[in-house]
Amino acid sequence: MIEEGRGYDVESVREDFPILTRRVADDRPLVYLDSANTSQKPQAVVDAMSEHLLRHNANVARAVHQLGAEATQAFEDARADVARFIGASRPEEVIFTKNASEALNLVARVVGEPSDYSVGRGDEVVVTEMEHHSNLVPWQMLCRRVGTRLRWFGLTEEGRLDTAVGDIINELTKVVSLTYVSNALGTVNPVERIARRAHEVGALVVVDASQAVPQMPVNVSTLGADLVAFTGHKMCGPTGIGVLWGRYDLLAELPPFLGGGEMIETVTMQGSTYAPPPHRFEAGTPPIAEAVGLGAAVRYLERLGMENVAAHERRITAYALEALQQVPGLKIMGPSEMVDRGGAVSFTLDGVHPHDVAQVLDSLGIAVRAGHHCAKPVHQRFGIQASARMSPYLYTTTGEIDSLVKGLDHVQAFFGTSGGAR
Amino acid sequence: MSMQTLYQDLIIEHFKRPIGAGLREPFDVEVRHVNPTCGDELTLRVHLEGDKVADVSYDALGCSISVAASSVMADVVTGGTVSEAMQRYEDVRAMLQDRTGQPDPDKLGDAVAFAGVAKFPARVKCALLGWAAMRDALVQALDRTGESA
Ligand SMILES: Cc1ncc(COP(=O)(O)O)c(C=O)c1O
Repeated sequence: MIEEGRGYDVESVREDFPILTRRVADDRPLVYLDSANTSQKPQAVVDAMSEHLLRHNANVARAVHQLGAEATQAFEDARADVARFIGASRPEEVIFTKNASEALNLVARVVGEPSDYSVGRGDEVVVTEMEHHSNLVPWQMLCRRVGTRLRWFGLTEEGRLDTAVGDIINELTKVVSLTYVSNALGTVNPVERIARRAHEVGALVVVDASQAVPQMPVNVSTLGADLVAFTGHKMCGPTGIGVLWGRYDLLAELPPFLGGGEMIETVTMQGSTYAPPPHRFEAGTPPIAEAVGLGAAVRYLERLGMENVAAHERRITAYALEALQQVPGLKIMGPSEMVDRGGAVSFTLDGVHPHDVAQVLDSLGIAVRAGHHCAKPVHQRFGIQASARMSPYLYTTTGEIDSLVKGLDHVQAFFGTSGGAR
Repeated sequence: MSMQTLYQDLIIEHFKRPIGAGLREPFDVEVRHVNPTCGDELTLRVHLEGDKVADVSYDALGCSISVAASSVMADVVTGGTVSEAMQRYEDVRAMLQDRTGQPDPDKLGDAVAFAGVAKFPARVKCALLGWAAMRDALVQALDRTGESA
């Protein structure tokens, strides 16, 4: 369903993103359709970071001087901004990491350590066949380390979770970790339902929200998850910063991840005790300017309104699905209807390898991704090696989708495959 | 940059009709190489007779550049000696990665058509996949026969 929403004016939003005025490929306008890979950055984010670095820079939490206090305040304000943005019940539930991958590795690492939540031999960890490698490999590593069995939900032909298999989540399950929105298929998963089932058997629920938080309203307090990971650079923020949200009482029980400065309570040569969350999980000097940038990014998104961002994403994606399905020889991998679906659309084109599709599109100034998008098992499931992926964001226009479709005609003409003469 | 720089007619030709494609017997060594960033996959076999590369057969799943490169590689090295094949690998690698020297059409044959790939760093891996697999297979075959590479 296409909702118009109160909406915003895309053209004026585009003015916030200087990069979108760039001309590339022999003076053609840039058509950036790779936002699921990383989003572009609004001026406000870059300004906040440079203002911080040029006027308030100092290390956090360890300097008594004024700049130290300003930097600490800015860092903790960013934490509070992020906490408000995702509906966390308190800022201490927000742990800053390097990216989503580190957040997920943090979880998969600490649940292997002794605690009430520890995962060991004879237990089971459940993931899905549509995970990004970042939410698959850390669990495989955990399972190898502690002798736990890894199980997963398979996928239907349409690219939805196949939850018909009854006993994947069972009494042995200790962790269920799944993506909220698939970066390869675009599928939005029924997180609440799966979390309910997982909690019935006492399992922890971890959600990879890397593709969800950027494009739709996410409230971690009502989602049903115990831990949620996402990454700053896909939501208008800078690279080098990610977030792990966790229920406070759970975080307070979990053992630390990396050891070092700032994560301790007291240290003697015999041993140490650890700081309470979030600092327990933030060893060493954190990405301070990056946190400030992420804080500015969530304020930017709040100004647009996440309902509006989501409505725009739905409108553009519906338009793209419709237009792409008119291209002869094009097959969409994942849901082809705008139901429980995010913005990324992966596809193959008969007779032309995705790399070649992306290369020729690039020569027209159109940026898409080609490959397996760090989700190789998904591609294996559908019997293909690679796909091309277009992913819009809050600044994408229907005109850009038209350019993509025209570009695909050009690709087919170039390689002498069907459809070029249309 | 012009698409013709990258997609020379010769490359498209090899892509559409790859030389020596398909896995054949007999063979001494089989290797499997992948391009981890994009998932291109190549299974390649070599068969030696003395110091001659008697056959190179392969199954390539990949983009036009990687398939065409495997085709050209098979064409260039089959029938020559092992040391010639190793040298051709080095010539192609240098052409693509170091961008040094003038590629010599007498030695490199159709592989000179790949010179333009060097201008597209993201595609260099694609163009080297077949060559690297061939070199790896030859090294293993030599190890097996107890000679040094
Ligand atoms: C669904 C999903 N999970 C995890 C990640 C990893 O994010 P990062 O590379 O920032 O750690 C990505 C993006 O690359 C993603 O799309």
